[in-house]
Amino acid sequence: MARTVIPFGPQHPVLPEPIHLDLVVEDEKVVQALPSIGFIHRGLEKLAETKDYIDFVYVAERICGICSFIHGQTYCQAIETIMNIPVPPRALYLRTVWGEFSRIHSHLLWLGLMADGMGFENLFMHSWRVREKVLNIIEATTGGRVIFGSCKVGGVRRDINADTIKTILKDLDEIEKDLQGITKVFLNDRSVKARLCGIGVLSKQEAWDLGCVGPTLRGSGVAQDMRDQGYAAFKDIPVEPVTRTEGDCYARCAVRCEELFRSVNIIRQAFAKIPEGEIAVKVTGNPTGETITRTEQPRGEVVYHLKANGTKNLQRFRVRTPTFANLPAMLKVLPGCDLADVPMIVLTIDPCISCTER
Amino acid sequence: MGYFEMSKLALKWALTKPPTTRYPFEPRQPIAGSRGQIVFTKDNCVYCTVCAKKCPTGALVVNRAEKKWVIDRLRCINCGYCAEICPKKSLTMVEGHGSPAVTRDREFH
Ligand code: SF4
Ligand code: SF4
Repeated sequence: MARTVIPFGPQHPVLPEPIHLDLVVEDEKVVQALPSIGFIHRGLEKLAETKDYIDFVYVAERICGICSFIHGQTYCQAIETIMNIPVPPRALYLRTVWGEFSRIHSHLLWLGLMADGMGFENLFMHSWRVREKVLNIIEATTGGRVIFGSCKVGGVRRDINADTIKTILKDLDEIEKDLQGITKVFLNDRSVKARLCGIGVLSKQEAWDLGCVGPTLRGSGVAQDMRDQGYAAFKDIPVEPVTRTEGDCYARCAVRCEELFRSVNIIRQAFAKIPEGEIAVKVTGNPTGETITRTEQPRGEVVYHLKANGTKNLQRFRVRTPTFANLPAMLKVLPGCDLADVPMIVLTIDPCISCTER
Repeated sequence: MGYFEMSKLALKWALTKPPTTRYPFEPRQPIAGSRGQIVFTKDNCVYCTVCAKKCPTGALVVNRAEKKWVIDRLRCINCGYCAEICPKKSLTMVEGHGSPAVTRDREFH
């Protein structure tokens, strides 16, 4: 059978961000996938050498448009570790709440994109309808819809008062009901299952060996979630990783669906336990030292490496984003699949290319 | 099993008022607390240049000698940092977004 090369991306209806794959196909079967990336490299890591370390949180947040808050939070955590800054507990709780809202909106975005990718427009609209309610809460509490801008070195910029907490909790009940409505379709609908079940299977051992993170890893049965390391308020709010054992596209979708409800619960617990007090401490001086910080993004574990030499600019700033860790797994499962299943496999690792290339 | 999952949801929403608004006939009301845009109040400003020095994107230029405060709205990322640190409170972050900036035109005050 003759081989044909079919280009996939960087402009493709299912790709929100540009990645290019050369798919070598034999008939309708993919035999090899050759990736090329580098379309949106912006040089953000280099920028750390010229920007004030306090102002750099704005840049860190813009590494990714969807998990922006957790990028800002991880950066602040890293600086706070180097400088030994005691962050007020209330700020830690607020960071946790916003981090979880960010996870909910990211997962809903992904669910919508996946419904859109399989041609289920109606479900796509419903996912984004619910996401809109989450975005409204985020906008009211932080000022931004996807770029929160509410985290700073030493704490947070804004507080959430008791009345607002009450309204948010009421809205959360409604959001939870909506989530039950749409996740039921994602998990049980016949056409969704036909597109996802048994597609792109990644075994537990493969997922572990290839260094996968986040829902891609958990969908293959490895219970790993950086939140159980206890950063921010997670030392008081235990998180149990959501896992599935199938390792296929459906499992990765189911993990994200379940995580939505877990995040809602984490927000409820955080609001129930949130202590009173200051929301930020004053930061003086410049950082000296080196650190590695790991947190859990909606797409998986992110690793920050920071090196500072006592000046107001960092000496080295390096990020390992979750999508970067998941790309090898994607390339592993593509050979052997049908050409029509490629969009689903690519989507289920939730690729965030602007993160990956920074 | 699983044949009519979507139909229930679709039917419910077919009979409900749409959650969307008829923009632009019905303008979107700004959400309280949102970061819309920076508004400059000339009267209080002492042209100390603190805002220009701290702006993370370099959207502000302040000329002390000529008493000029200039903003490039296309560069501004609405972070609100300048409003937070202005010692004279002459900058405020308001909720309405205003019309989007599409050119590099600077606004002189
Ligand atoms: S910081 Fe305030 S007072 Fe100083 S130049 Fe800027 S606007 Fe004027
Ligand atoms: S809001 Fe931010 S980006 Fe805009 S002028 Fe102020 S400091 Fe600069």
